Amino acid sequence: MVLSPGETDFPEIPPRPPVSLWLDRSFVWATRLFAFGVVGVLVYIAIVVGLDAQPAMERYGLAFLTTSAWNPVNDTYGALPMIYGTLVSSLIALLLAVPIGVGTAVFLSENFLPPTPRLVLNFMVELLAAIPSVVYGLWGIYVLIPFLKPIGAWLHSHWGWIPLFSTQYLGPGLFPAGIILTVMILPLITAISRDSLVSLPPTLRQAALGLGATRWTAIFRVLIPAAFSGIVGGTMLALGRAMGETMAVTMVIGNSNVLSPSLLAPANTIASLLANQFAEARDLQISALMYAGLVLFGLTLIVNVLAEWIVSRVKYY
Amino acid sequence: MATASDFPPRAQAAMAAVASRPASHQRLGEAFWTGLAGLFTLLALIPLLLVIGYVLYRGASRLDFEAFVSLPPMPLAEGGGFANALVGTVVMVAIGAAVSVPFGILAAIYLSEFSSGAVARWIRFATNVLSGVPSILMGVFIYGIFVVTTRSFSAIAGGFALAVLMLPILVRTTDESLQIVPVSLRWAALGMGASKLQTVVRVVLPAALPAIATGITLAVARAAGETAPLIFTALFSQYWARGLWEPTASLSVLIYNFAAVPYAGQRSLAWAASLILVLTVLLASILARWVTRK
Repeated sequence: MVLSPGETDFPEIPPRPPVSLWLDRSFVWATRLFAFGVVGVLVYIAIVVGLDAQPAMERYGLAFLTTSAWNPVNDTYGALPMIYGTLVSSLIALLLAVPIGVGTAVFLSENFLPPTPRLVLNFMVELLAAIPSVVYGLWGIYVLIPFLKPIGAWLHSHWGWIPLFSTQYLGPGLFPAGIILTVMILPLITAISRDSLVSLPPTLRQAALGLGATRWTAIFRVLIPAAFSGIVGGTMLALGRAMGETMAVTMVIGNSNVLSPSLLAPANTIASLLANQFAEARDLQISALMYAGLVLFGLTLIVNVLAEWIVSRVKYY
Repeated sequence: MATASDFPPRAQAAMAAVASRPASHQRLGEAFWTGLAGLFTLLALIPLLLVIGYVLYRGASRLDFEAFVSLPPMPLAEGGGFANALVGTVVMVAIGAAVSVPFGILAAIYLSEFSSGAVARWIRFATNVLSGVPSILMGVFIYGIFVVTTRSFSAIAGGFALAVLMLPILVRTTDESLQIVPVSLRWAALGMGASKLQTVVRVVLPAALPAIATGITLAVARAAGETAPLIFTALFSQYWARGLWEPTASLSVLIYNFAAVPYAGQRSLAWAASLILVLTVLLASILARWVTRK
């Protein structure tokens, strides 16, 4: 029913009391304030870390990123080993977690299993993300590092001529850190890949099967390409998570500030450096740590913004 | 049931062609990829079972009454507990929730009720980016504004670091739960003469309450297990904190500090504390699942 003005015989609506009007306006303004506050927190983090890093930035400049010394006694700082460790440990994790995660996502989005077991397995993958980082670290020290010892020894004795495996497996190092990170980012890659696979229009699969494609031909040639941007977005988010992951990595990486190309040698990441040194740091060391934190902030910001951009485009599919 | 011979010959020929299409190497390939995907799923879940199993195995034996009521043991001592760390975790998570829950819910109300278009999109974008900021940087941030000015590690600083961590989770889950509330409910409330404030507080929020509560539960569980934002904001203490402005112990930092020490008494306590944290997140996740399924 459409009413045109003049047709109505409603009584005149009384004006709202000013108190109610005022309450309404201040409520909307309050919510607006807090919503912008969320953006404010993000900006504030950047400002605080940036300002506190200023003294170290002035003193060391960009050489901070390309030198490898970390000596609080005579105040020489260079973050190259930690930047290397951050990138390499994250890359190991991605190399392992992307195939496993996408494989799991395919397995849990297709009808290989009846719905109920699939639901349970999906929930278990979610739980993997809920275990606290520090618990993974504790488990890493006492279970994972001893477990990886024969593998590390084999890698060194057979492939020792490659710089990546050129040192003895001593236990803590990039290798176990990469494995722990793999476990920790797997649920993220799996969840986002699964979501983008499930949200594909069913006609895509029907068309592929109708053309005579087998199930896996349809998966490899049609479904995964169609969900590709979602999978890439999830992978980027996982990369950001891996670069910033702190506790589990700190506990298994060995915290050595010496640059070594070997995956089997102790190393360090920016996040682990902060975790290790911040509480006892003084003066310029704090500033140098803030500088390292700023580098980490920049790295994760770039990766996350790219990931969010990719993922947000996927939603309009 | 009709067999192939009931159909006309041309249909029979077509069916035979379709049935024979997957050559044996192709069928082998199909089975190989299915097996590989299943293997990957298994591989992804093994760590979960191993971690939970091993934490249960190492932690359960030390999870006695003493663990809940006494202070952490000195290096060579036996026994002891994590009473101060348990209280510290509860206090700091409570501070974090007290700050971030109202903040996050109000921000989410703006996003889903009073904004649209570019502004909402940008704020959601910033929220997602904030949730991707490494938790250790939240610690660095709070160190920069709290610890430096008050010259002391404290439960307040730790609580605020956890609040920054929880904020984006709360905004996102609340925003999503408000958007699920049918728009007709809002129209009905406004049509009956309710103000915006009344519509939101009396109609929309109650309708979304279970989902919001789930989000809060998950955020709290996540914060309870976080270590990185606490190690240089709240630090740690072997003793009871005498106030909120003192260094404060927490379960997660206790695990970190006691993980690699050579003292068996402290190490076994780290496992017991891990068991508590793992049980907390498991319980919260199952609860959240159960509430949202209904």
